[in-house]
Amino acid sequence: MDKARTTGTLVAAFACGLIFALGLGLGGMTQPSKVIGFLDFTGAWDPSLAFVMGGALATHTLLRRLIVARPEPLLALSFAMPAKTDIDGRLIAGAAIFGAGWGLAGLCPGPAIVAAGGGASAALVFVPAMLAGMVLHEVLTARGK
Amino acid sequence: MQHLTVLPSLAGGILIGLSASALLAVSGKIAGISGIVGGLLTPKVGDTAWRGAFVVGLMTGGLALASFAPGTLEMTLPRSTAAVIVAGLLVGFGSRLGSGCTSGHGVCGIARGSRRSLAATVTFMLTGAAVALIVTQFFGGRV
Repeated sequence: MDKARTTGTLVAAFACGLIFALGLGLGGMTQPSKVIGFLDFTGAWDPSLAFVMGGALATHTLLRRLIVARPEPLLALSFAMPAKTDIDGRLIAGAAIFGAGWGLAGLCPGPAIVAAGGGASAALVFVPAMLAGMVLHEVLTARGK
Repeated sequence: MQHLTVLPSLAGGILIGLSASALLAVSGKIAGISGIVGGLLTPKVGDTAWRGAFVVGLMTGGLALASFAPGTLEMTLPRSTAAVIVAGLLVGFGSRLGSGCTSGHGVCGIARGSRRSLAATVTFMLTGAAVALIVTQFFGGRV
């Protein structure tokens, strides 16, 4: 049973990643020029990506209520719940730095990995740099402890 | 020039929402991409394989898009390799420091009613818009 559960969660994770990728692609999130067209509202503003976020938010907000009303997930013991609740300096500084990078190249983590999987040249440069940034954060955090 | 794509964008968003909901319903996990990838860099026993499977799913989706809808992966934005590397470093470091990115904060967190995620989303939208604006206004849209 345990092995079946593990296999089930892996198949589900793969399928969810695949659907997530198709959603990003269909929605326009994997085209950096479209992301910049959304973020830069001074030019010929393209509000399309607001519909990606709106559609994702509406769908997930609705379904999430039904899902967490159940005692536990189908193949796991509990629902993950972020522990932090306070708005601190790390949250705001991190979000600000992340946003700056997003606005510079028009790629955020999901679309970058999807585009790298598709062999898109910019993403193949971006993803290793992104992983290096993540490792740098781990190193600095470990040193601070 | 970009064209308004209301219906495909809405449909894409719904797919993302369905994916995040399915992952929560089956495994109880949050579909935040930077968190999923970050966890792969600091592996913990029993909490790594599903992350790998999700990332392989993302990349397989990318392969499918490249094969059947190559226009969805158009990298036409004029950015030098150096700019792309700097952007990648900022996105990787910032998303880990701020505990999330567009998916984890912008979709999953806000859907959960998290004040932290709302604050983070407003912040990264503002700095993203500011940098995009600076590049357009002062660098002619090329960096």
